[in-house]
This record gives sequence, C-alpha cells and structure tokens, in this order.
Amino acid sequence: MSALVQLTDVSKRYDGATALQPTDLSIERGKTTVLIGPSGCGKSTLLRLIIRLIEPESGTIEFDGAPITPDKIDILRRRIGYVIQEGGLFPHLTARANVLLMARHLGKPETESRQRLAELCVLTRFSENLLGHYPVELSGGQRQRVSLMRALMLSPELLLLDEPLGALDPLVRAALQKDLKEIFARLQQTALLVTHDLAEAAYLGDEIVLMNEGRIVQRGSIADLRQKPASSFVTEFINAQRALVLT
Amino acid sequence: MNLIRKRGKAEIRFWGRRTLNSFSCLPAFLILISSSFAQPVVIGSKKFTESYVLGEIAKRTLNDAGIPAEHRQGMGGTIILWEALRTGQIDAYPEYTGTIAEEILKNRLRSRREPSDVDGQRESVDEQDRVNQSTSPQKMREALAKSGVGMTASLGFNNTYALVMRRDKAQSLDLHKISDLRDHPELKIGLTHEFLDRQDGWRPLVGRYQLNPRSVIGIDHALGYAALKNGSIDLKDAYSTDAKIAQYDLVTLEDDLQFFPRYDAIFLYRLALPGSTIAALRKLEGTLEEKKMIRLNAKAERTKDYARAASSYFNDGAGSTIAGGESFSHKLARWTSRHLELAGFSLLLSVIVGVPLGIWASRGGAIGQVILGFTGVVQTIPSLALLALLVPLPFFGISARTAIAALFLYGLLPIVRNTATGLQDIPRSLRESAIALGLEPGPRLRKIFLPIASRSILGGIKTSAVINVGTATLAALIGAGGLGEPILSGLNLNDHVTILQGAIPAAVLALLVQGLFDLLDRVLIPKGLRL
Repeated sequence: MSALVQLTDVSKRYDGATALQPTDLSIERGKTTVLIGPSGCGKSTLLRLIIRLIEPESGTIEFDGAPITPDKIDILRRRIGYVIQEGGLFPHLTARANVLLMARHLGKPETESRQRLAELCVLTRFSENLLGHYPVELSGGQRQRVSLMRALMLSPELLLLDEPLGALDPLVRAALQKDLKEIFARLQQTALLVTHDLAEAAYLGDEIVLMNEGRIVQRGSIADLRQKPASSFVTEFINAQRALVLT
Repeated sequence: MNLIRKRGKAEIRFWGRRTLNSFSCLPAFLILISSSFAQPVVIGSKKFTESYVLGEIAKRTLNDAGIPAEHRQGMGGTIILWEALRTGQIDAYPEYTGTIAEEILKNRLRSRREPSDVDGQRESVDEQDRVNQSTSPQKMREALAKSGVGMTASLGFNNTYALVMRRDKAQSLDLHKISDLRDHPELKIGLTHEFLDRQDGWRPLVGRYQLNPRSVIGIDHALGYAALKNGSIDLKDAYSTDAKIAQYDLVTLEDDLQFFPRYDAIFLYRLALPGSTIAALRKLEGTLEEKKMIRLNAKAERTKDYARAASSYFNDGAGSTIAGGESFSHKLARWTSRHLELAGFSLLLSVIVGVPLGIWASRGGAIGQVILGFTGVVQTIPSLALLALLVPLPFFGISARTAIAALFLYGLLPIVRNTATGLQDIPRSLRESAIALGLEPGPRLRKIFLPIASRSILGGIKTSAVINVGTATLAALIGAGGLGEPILSGLNLNDHVTILQGAIPAAVLALLVQGLFDLLDRVLIPKGLRL
C-alpha cells in the first residue's frame, strides 16, 4: 500500500535557526502515526508543513501521489482535517456553525450535512443539545470534541492533530484518548498526531516517530523504541517519561 | 437556531457587499452635493456683524433687481473670502480698501510713502514700505483686475481700525491718544488674531508709536468685548463703526500719528458677472454713511437678525416681511438636518474608505505603516487649518463638500486604526484554523476575520461618529451650515443664548449617536462575542 503523504528531503528554517533538518517521512494509509519528542524538536513544524501553514525551505511533499502546489492548496486542505490544542473554534459561531462552516461554504445540501453532523455527535460523544452553544459556553473537552467534528466533517483522508489533548485535565484527557482510539479504528482514519506524552503515543500510535533537534531519531513501535533504541537519546527520553509517571 | 443563522448571513452580506459596491456610488453623491450649490449669485461675508449686514443688503439689492442671490454668512477671514472670490466659488463680498491694499495686494502695490516726521520721529524702513493710504482706487482696480476681480466705489463710510478702552479706565489714566500708551506698558492688551498678524496691524503700530507693552494676547473679537468689560483686558482693537463701542461706552484712542489707513467699505465682485448684476451692486455706492452703518450694526446685534437689520437700509421700517420671521423650531430643524447630513455623509465615506484601508494596514509592512502614519498625521492638523487648506483647492471651495471632506479625513483614523488592530489581535490559532480549513482569502476575511474583529471596528466607527457630530459645528466657518451656525453667530454677537441654541442640540446629537451605536453593537456584533 502506498503512502498517503510522502515527505522527501523537507527542511525548514525560522529566522536562520533550523527547525527541521532535511527529513524523509511517509505516512501510511489507515494508520495512526504519532510524532513525539521534546519541545522544539520540529514535530509541530512538520505538521504545519503538510497543511502548508508554512512553506518548506527545500524538499517536496506529496499528497496522494501528487506534489502539493500553491494554486490547489485550498482544495487540498479540505481533504485534510486539522485539530489544534486550543481547538481553534471561531468564537462568533455556534458549535453547529463551526462544524458546518465548510460544508455550507461549499454549498453541500443542508440535510446531508445535518445528518453527517448527527453521526459525528454520536461518534465524538457530543450532546446534540449543545450544538447551539457558542465556544465560550463549552468546556475544554467539549470544545475539543467540536473541533474534532469540524475536522472530520468533510470526511478527510488525513487527520492532523497537534497536541489536541494538551490543555485538558487528566480525567477528560483519558476519556478523550479512549474515544479518539475508537474513532480512528472505526473510521480507519489515517491520522498524524503530535504529542509529547509517551503514554499517549504508545496508546494511540500504530507507529511512533521520535524526533529531536529537527530530525527523526527513530521510527517504530513502542516496543522497538524500548528494546532497540537507536541512540542514547531514545533511552533517555523513554526513561525520563517513565520517571515522570513514577514520581 | 434558525434566527441565529439568519443573522449570521445578514451580517456576512453587510461586510461583503457594502464595502465593495459603495465605492462605485461615491462620485455620484459627491456630484449630488455639488450641484445644489451652483446657480444664484453667491454673496460671501466675513465673520463679523457689519460684513453680515452688508452681505444681506447686497443680497436684497440683487433680489430687488430680479437677480437670484444667496448669502453665505460668516465664511471666515480675508484670505478665505478672497480665495473663494478669485476662484469663483463666491461672486461678491464686502471688503475694505485698507484691507485690499494691506492684505490682498500687499506684494503688488508697494508704493513708498513720504516719511512723516511727526514728533520728530523717523519711521522704520518697514513702516515706510507700507502701502500708503492714498493708494489710488484706480491703481487698486488695475491690480485687482489681474485676478478677474472688480471693485465698487466707496459705499459711503470709512470703517478703520481703532484701539478702544473702557471709559473709566481711560479717564483714570488720562489716556486720549495712542501715543499716550507709551507711558503705560502695564496695560493688558487683547487683540484679534487678524489684527495681530496684519501688515497694518499691531506690530507695525507698536514700531510706529514706539510702544513697549508687557502683555499682549490674542482673543476673538466678540469675546474681547466681554473681556474688556470685566477687566481681564484693558485695551483691544475694534472697527470704528462697531456698534459695541457705544453699547459698552468705550472710548476710542485718537490715532495721532495717522497710522491706520482708510478702510472705505466697498464690494469686490467677479468681473465675469453679468453687467446687470454689477450695475445692481454699484447702486449701493455712496448710500451708507458712517452713522447709518453704526445704527444698522447696533440693530443687528440687538435683534440678532441680520436680514432685518439690512432691511432698515431700504427704509422698510421693521422689515417684518423679510426672512427674519423663520421660527426657532424651523431653524433648529434646518440646522440639525444639515448637521446630520454633514456628519452622516462624512462618516459613510470614512467607513467606506477606512475599513478597506484598515484591512490593508493590518497586514503590516511598509504600506501598513504609511497608511497608519498618514491618517495619524491628518488627525494632528487643526480643523480650522485643514478647512483653510482645502478651501483654495479647485473641487472644494466654500461648500458642504469641503466640510464633508475635512470630516471624512478626521473620521478615518479611528476606523482605520481599530480595523487594523481588531484584525491583528485575532489569535494565531484562529487565523491558522481558518486557513487550514481551506477557506479562500476572501471568505476567510468576510466570514471569519471581520466578524471576529467587529467589536473593534464598530468601536472605531462609533468614535468617528461622535467626533464628526462634534466637529461638524466647524462647518459653519465656511458657510456650510449646521448647528455651528448659531454657535458662530452667537460667538460673534457675544450672545450666550444663541450659542446654546447650537451647542445644546449638538451635544444631544452626540449622545444620541452614541446611544444609537450602542444599539447597533447588539445587532452587528455576533452574539458569541458578547457572552
């Protein structure tokens, strides 16, 4: 099976500082790939490069076998869902209007959209009664569920999640982790998730990509990372996270 | 739910269409404004009683001769009137020979005056260089003709400058002549700004008389009388036909060195006027002696009604048939509707231009800096100066257009700035979410960014509206009407009641506008931003 996204030799610099070294990465269809690493390791940069919020310095990014070009970027973005830590919900729109925004903009039939919205509410365990609420009237967890619905509304081929659970309290976070895993499995969703939490990565990821200082250090299952660390950094990172859990 | 959605759509339309399409109707309504100010003979007048009265007399004379005429009262000082005449925005206005020689033709008619040796004192070179009072009317006419302007013969009186004081003060100090001031440098002197700056004004007079006053301030003419009365100043400049001299029992200091030139009242008119119009104006020559003018001025100040005062020139008695009969409520309605017209049109323009400029400025960079810098600089120009700068320009002149243009410029900054900051303050996460969803730049702006910035943008528009309603009172300075009209003539007559007739409605209007926009906030700012 060919990769949905293929990065070849992609690099990025911010104001002279390297954020991402020339990197190759392929994202397999139907799988959840997790990017993990310390702050500033380049994992969010990689995500933002794929949806073209930033332009790469060098290299090519192919989506579904075709290189991403600026003229078709908006059409491409509609095939990708994007969820960020703070939810990114528009405060002037209700939960419903946020989710339906693009469907309405693209002139999709309202009845179909409503039906899809009802399905998504079930899928994400979001009460339909809350759809008329504005983002400020919702809790953090509810907002992330709405954000997820918005990302899934157009049935995207790829779902990008940039620390989607980072701002939630532990109980809500655990519940959402479980729900996410179910959703990904049910939809056979290709997903690329950024986190700095190893447990989350191990729980959700089919494959884990560990990054440090702008480059990929190791790629594989959590067992691979534990048993066959590619460098001392891998061991260090895993041990540090374990120590954090124990204390 | 449905309600909310409908409102959302209406709002999108508001942001989308209005901002784009309104550009196209801009020229149309500017033409509309301009066309209403064209046909009749336009008489201008300066901002003081006698000029108002003379303007009314000219208007009435022309009307009596079957020539339609309108009078634009109290448009400002000499330079504004002269520029308006020269460029054809007005057709005639009352002027004084001394002013023509000293101010208007100052660079053309320099003729040396015989050095006078009064009191054995030599005049300064500057003094000698001054245009002399005997500059012949013929020479003046020739010089004026170069600007396409003609001049009537004297209307019959000489309204020269005079220095006046309270009678009791003058008597206690034993002051009779201007040269007596030399021994009293302690006197507090309050002069009109025009007199302070004139070629035949204060500075040359001080040189000529060798005065050394310690305290000289600039003060409005009408306010100066009040200051004289309550003793905050001791001496001020006046016109010799000023009715207030008698009214306040003031004494005129004798111009013992014959410093002031003659100020024979005349009408200046455009030579391009039809012969019949000029002939009608010239009928006024030699018909107004000094005593009569003083009487008309006194009547104008007493009745607060220039048209009625002018009518006694025609020996109509009380002149109750003349336009003076306009009721207060009618006048108030006229002032207020004009005021709202000025403030409203200018605000509309500010919004139409300001919001797109603000969007542009929000993108930062050099252009953003230039836009914000320009609108900021405009704001620092004093409103009077801005009006004076616009008046000589071809398209503007003495009209509502100029007032609207000035108000429009003042209204820009709050709107541009608030639009720009409102957009810039949108968090990066929202900005990027809109992009990541695949919304194109246009819909992104209309559906997401502008609504989120709506509170800030509306706040800017509200500020502009309140400022415009207040500043629109200045439109009266260039004869554009509005609530500034009673304020200005009240100031001129030193009549508080008349001032309040304009000031109170203007303040009430500002409050109403504020209230209206508070209501608009509820309609236009999306509910999700108000929770």
